[in-house]
Amino acid sequence: MSESPKSGTPDFSNWSCPLPLVGYPTIVMGHGGGGKLGNELVEHLFLPAFRNAALENLGDAAVLDLPSGRLAMSTDSFVVQPLFFPGGSIGELAINGTVNDLAVSGAIPKYLSASFILEEGFPLAQLAAIVESMARAAATAGVQIVTGDTKVVERGHGDGCYINTAGIGLLRDGISVGPHRAQPGDAVLVSGFIGDHGMAIMSVREGLEFESQIRSDCAALNGLIAEVLDAAGTAVHAMRDPTRGGLASTLNEIAISSNVGVAIDETSMPVRTEVQSACELLGLDPVYVANEGKAVFFVAPEAADQVLAVLRAHPLGRDAARIGHVTTEHKRMLVARTAMGSNRVIPTQIGEQLPRIC
Amino acid sequence: MKYLTEFRNGEIAQRMAREIQSITTRPWKIMEVCGGQTHSIIKNGIDQMLPAGIEMIHGPGCPVCVTPLELIDKALAIAAQPGVIFCSFGDMLRVPGTDADLFQIKGNGGDVRVVYSPLDAVDLAVKNPDKQVVFFGVGFETTAPANAMSVHVAKRRGLKNFSLLVSHVLVPPAIAAILESPGNKVQAFLLAGHVCSVMGYWEYPPLAEKFGVPLVVTGFEPLDLLDGIRRTVIQLEAGRHQVENAYERIVTFEGNQAAQKLLAEVFEVTDRAWRGIGVIPKSGWRLSDAYRDFDAEERFHISGIHTQESPLCRAGDVLRGAIKPAECSAFGKECTPRHPLGATMVSSEGACAAYYNYGRFISAEDLASAGSGLTGVSNV
Repeated sequence: MSESPKSGTPDFSNWSCPLPLVGYPTIVMGHGGGGKLGNELVEHLFLPAFRNAALENLGDAAVLDLPSGRLAMSTDSFVVQPLFFPGGSIGELAINGTVNDLAVSGAIPKYLSASFILEEGFPLAQLAAIVESMARAAATAGVQIVTGDTKVVERGHGDGCYINTAGIGLLRDGISVGPHRAQPGDAVLVSGFIGDHGMAIMSVREGLEFESQIRSDCAALNGLIAEVLDAAGTAVHAMRDPTRGGLASTLNEIAISSNVGVAIDETSMPVRTEVQSACELLGLDPVYVANEGKAVFFVAPEAADQVLAVLRAHPLGRDAARIGHVTTEHKRMLVARTAMGSNRVIPTQIGEQLPRIC
Repeated sequence: MKYLTEFRNGEIAQRMAREIQSITTRPWKIMEVCGGQTHSIIKNGIDQMLPAGIEMIHGPGCPVCVTPLELIDKALAIAAQPGVIFCSFGDMLRVPGTDADLFQIKGNGGDVRVVYSPLDAVDLAVKNPDKQVVFFGVGFETTAPANAMSVHVAKRRGLKNFSLLVSHVLVPPAIAAILESPGNKVQAFLLAGHVCSVMGYWEYPPLAEKFGVPLVVTGFEPLDLLDGIRRTVIQLEAGRHQVENAYERIVTFEGNQAAQKLLAEVFEVTDRAWRGIGVIPKSGWRLSDAYRDFDAEERFHISGIHTQESPLCRAGDVLRGAIKPAECSAFGKECTPRHPLGATMVSSEGACAAYYNYGRFISAEDLASAGSGLTGVSNV
């Protein structure tokens, strides 16, 4: 992550696995077999990295003490290639992705599960690096990994390492956000530059490599979102993290769920010059490119300036911008005003963005 | 961003639009040849900025759209073979063949890969000596130099496992075919800037002379397009018909001489079928005798191809400029980007996809009245 850790964050810069794994330098089928090899992975790798009271019981299920109230639960699977990319790895994505899904639902993320599907032959050193990055991300986000699982598939049946995380969080009192709650007049804010993650991945993907300084924006947004909700409370109507499908898909989803129109001004969308340039070269549109550390907020217009100020005061929201508003016109559609002063509809993308021929 | 933001200045664009408005005294029909220009016109709403009398007709310049169905089917058959790595530019993957597209072939176990440069496909051939690597070399003169370079390099390296499935098409014969077609309505052309960056524009004066049409070399950014249109209208209003260069920062009269030399060595002119249009004489390139060994059609003998276009699809009429995409009865109904019946609904440069994606199924009036802060479309 490019942001400096906040005070109180454990420092993992010199962290290494205290008990190096013995035996195999790579994953073998036995690591998923429930026997000694699997136990070794748990004891020498997962437990030291993720250590907490609930996990240490190593029971079939983690037992958690939770206050009464409403819970939020979310799950996501991570299959990114390459596993390590500028600005992060599959490990950080797996933690931050689930943390962010909980946070944008108005919940305080607390506990995560982590399941690994590993391909036979996957280097243990890489697994250790991924686990370390997960531990670091969990500590930064203030969540605990309390249960997990490992399966191994035969070589050729996986892509090195897949991770699934599920998480639960405590819903904040007095907050009622949801994609169906955007209201005409709401201001639309985005917490920073869009398209960084997708283009960082694209720049290192096999066959498409290009030289760039673009780094993934992968980050846990629960701290940022907590500050926004503390400040604006019920004036925040909807929040989303625009991951796959980018900003365009998220805004379209909210337009449809809330049965409103969303109008944005293309010139106010924060896009890094490097990302814009790479998109131009490849024939892509940044509004469709994935983000992993950005949130979109639909807030009552009278609270918009205040929320923007809160966002900009936070290290993860420095480049936040007000990009548009909700309208009763063009219901269930996203319409952008172009730099030319004309309007265009931005539809939800069909499948992946395809690089153009010329 | 250097060379981009300068050409996307809204104020200057509005000023140019007003100038075009002031010099236009009667209706004109102008065709932009290139799909990249169609994309930019629709994306930036340039058509909304023009006076009502000026109609932009979208030409056949989307390489994905005009690649013949038979060749798509051949590509699918080759890509499905074991031991083949089939490489393509991204937007060819979703073009419907008779029964499938390349995505489905990939899903069924074919090794189909998206590459950005045909030279990456050559590298794949070097790295995978036990595989046959095929690159789907489609496009106009713009993509031709890189495709030519790929076989040139493959030959120099003595590669036996690289070949090119070629369907190159050329702009000047297409312009002639459109102008010669009965019922042609096009009165002037914006020439494709990037085609001309390779080829120059020395080929075009005879066309302007023979058919009495203005031909203006035009770029792709909003101000480029407006300048190209402005210059075209000035010529039309004055009754002139010259070849003019409105993309001087990229295009010279002679073009890229080194590229043209390579093209002349690697390719030879041939008749080509254009999807939706038919065969246009001497309208394409195939590999020359010296490079015939690298022709995928020669290497893989694919037979038993029976092509069948969707009976609903009117892509041919769209490509000739005879109808607008929304005038096709299947547009937005049976045919959408999710379920394209024809290639023009696939590529973002295809006129149908551009119309669909940028909301041209909604009337311009609806858009113009779209909420506070979204008014002010300067259409008249």
